[in-house]
Amino acid sequence: MRCYAQAILDSGIPQDNHVVVSGIGCSGRVAGYMKTDSYHTTHGRAIPFAIGLKLANPELTVTVFSGDGDLAAIGGNHLIHAARRNVDISIICVNNFNYGMTGGQLGPTTPFGARTTTSPYGNPEVPFNFPYLLAASGANFVARWTTIHVRQLKRDILYMFAKPGFSFVEVLAPCPVGFGKLNNIDTGLDEMLLYKERCVIADGIPIDELGIDLRADQPIYVGHFVDRDLAPYQPVRLEDIE
Amino acid sequence: MTSSGVLTGKHFFQGDEACAEGAIAAGCRFFGGYPITPSTEIAERLAHRFPEIGGVFIQMEDEMGSMAAILGASAAGSRAMTATSGPGFSLMMENIGLGVMMELPCVVVNVQRGSPSTGLPTLPGQSDVMQARWGTHGDYALAAFSPWSPQEMFDLTIHAFNVADRYRVPVLLMADEVVGHMVERVVVPPEDQIPRWERKRPDPKKKDSFEPFLAEDPDLVPPMAYAGEGYRVHFTGLTHDELGYPDMSAETHHHLVTRLVEKISHNSENIVRTEDHFMDDARIVVIAYGSTARSARRAVKDARQEGIPAGFLRLVSLWPFPIRQISELADRMDSFIVAEMNLGQMALEVERHIRRPVTGVYHAGGAMMAPDRILKAIREVATRGDTHRR
Repeated sequence: MRCYAQAILDSGIPQDNHVVVSGIGCSGRVAGYMKTDSYHTTHGRAIPFAIGLKLANPELTVTVFSGDGDLAAIGGNHLIHAARRNVDISIICVNNFNYGMTGGQLGPTTPFGARTTTSPYGNPEVPFNFPYLLAASGANFVARWTTIHVRQLKRDILYMFAKPGFSFVEVLAPCPVGFGKLNNIDTGLDEMLLYKERCVIADGIPIDELGIDLRADQPIYVGHFVDRDLAPYQPVRLEDIE
Repeated sequence: MTSSGVLTGKHFFQGDEACAEGAIAAGCRFFGGYPITPSTEIAERLAHRFPEIGGVFIQMEDEMGSMAAILGASAAGSRAMTATSGPGFSLMMENIGLGVMMELPCVVVNVQRGSPSTGLPTLPGQSDVMQARWGTHGDYALAAFSPWSPQEMFDLTIHAFNVADRYRVPVLLMADEVVGHMVERVVVPPEDQIPRWERKRPDPKKKDSFEPFLAEDPDLVPPMAYAGEGYRVHFTGLTHDELGYPDMSAETHHHLVTRLVEKISHNSENIVRTEDHFMDDARIVVIAYGSTARSARRAVKDARQEGIPAGFLRLVSLWPFPIRQISELADRMDSFIVAEMNLGQMALEVERHIRRPVTGVYHAGGAMMAPDRILKAIREVATRGDTHRR
């Protein structure tokens, strides 16, 4: 949130033009802490709400700030279609590998084998690989950082504001009570130390190998994975056609 | 066509087309929807017309996205609409509640078909009318209208936007497949004769002290700030205080929810619309709405030819329910007949307010009700000679 706020101040775009839209979950509460116009919407529906705002008033700089479950499970359909359309909005996806607000259930980004309250014997499911998913869907920009990469995160949020088309940054974040406690990560600091130890800034790794595996000897790839200039979504206007 | 797209003149429009033109005439410039029979023609017409007039048409990936998109557009200041039928209406319910809680004006058209479930996609029904009142979770109130002709598809769409904007609430246009697909004469007035009620707006000189959910006026409607105007407002679906921030106390919840309900009930005289036919000397009243009302009027006319003192009350607004109009009739009428294309939904409201049973002429849907069925019921009631009066 601090990186997002700082990026707003440094963006050169008037603060009145910045709008944040969030969904349901701990990350969704961010909307209420920002001194911008802010909309705390229903579970999974922040992205289409943001699309309505942006298309009705293209002068707005619209950022969706939400969590992994909100954006990729219940909101998954909206996520891939917004990426497909390449709508000019920015998404900050806080990924803490579980549904934290409701007490630590598994979600679409929970690593295989991880324990949660709804996978007490270990997660039997394979999680999404966001860069792969969103690159295939048509997004212009996809990056991943963690909460320890504050410089890069702020820089990339700033970059997303200005970049036309659909931009997405995944931010890995600790959730000691919801996730860490069941997975041998005692405190938030322990998880951030884990990030420090295992994160590798990866340029040039094939995009289908960017899935996250939290088991001991596996690297966690961070960095920029997609940065291209496909045409952003434009509503149809007759003058553009004739 | 005027520069703002109003197609002033006389037309032969399908009901769905007329609804789209009504939206354009009302100044609607955002449509986010998903195709579903029998409402698809509304989306198709707007996909064709909006690029001509600078409106935004987007076909969303599903109905949840459609409802969310029109709320976002409304928050940015646009008049925004979506259109659907039963299955999509059910999917939109959660976000209709968000619209109520955030007090975001918008219009949702449900061209009803045979329900429940997939039902009869191409055939009429009126069985979503109680869902229109209670479909989303919680205590709440909104407005819903029932057109009986393509002309009313045009007129009531305009009225729906006006009510939505004036009272900051989602408004439902509960049409049915007959009215949506029939083709009839529609007169579109000159632009300056189209009624327009504006949203209440805050004072730009008082941005710093603005409380977005403080309703100081007797109408209980707070002024609405749009995204990007500098009011830095917070809108949430959580229970909130006058500043818009979440407040988890029972007291705040009761206060907020009560205001949202009373915002509609206290203003119902400005929202409710009914239409009397032959009521002056009537002792038996037939109540109907939408396409069934066309059959009901025929039946009442025929009954009167036979000397039966029948009258016809058409519900133009379904919600808020016309409590005063119906209750007043309870004193004057010997009998009430309710004819609807469902197994008795608005009838429940009538019975509740007149405190006695109605005679129902019901059908679960699939075909416009034959006037003869209603006429038969009028004759039976007349023969029976009910004399219940309060």
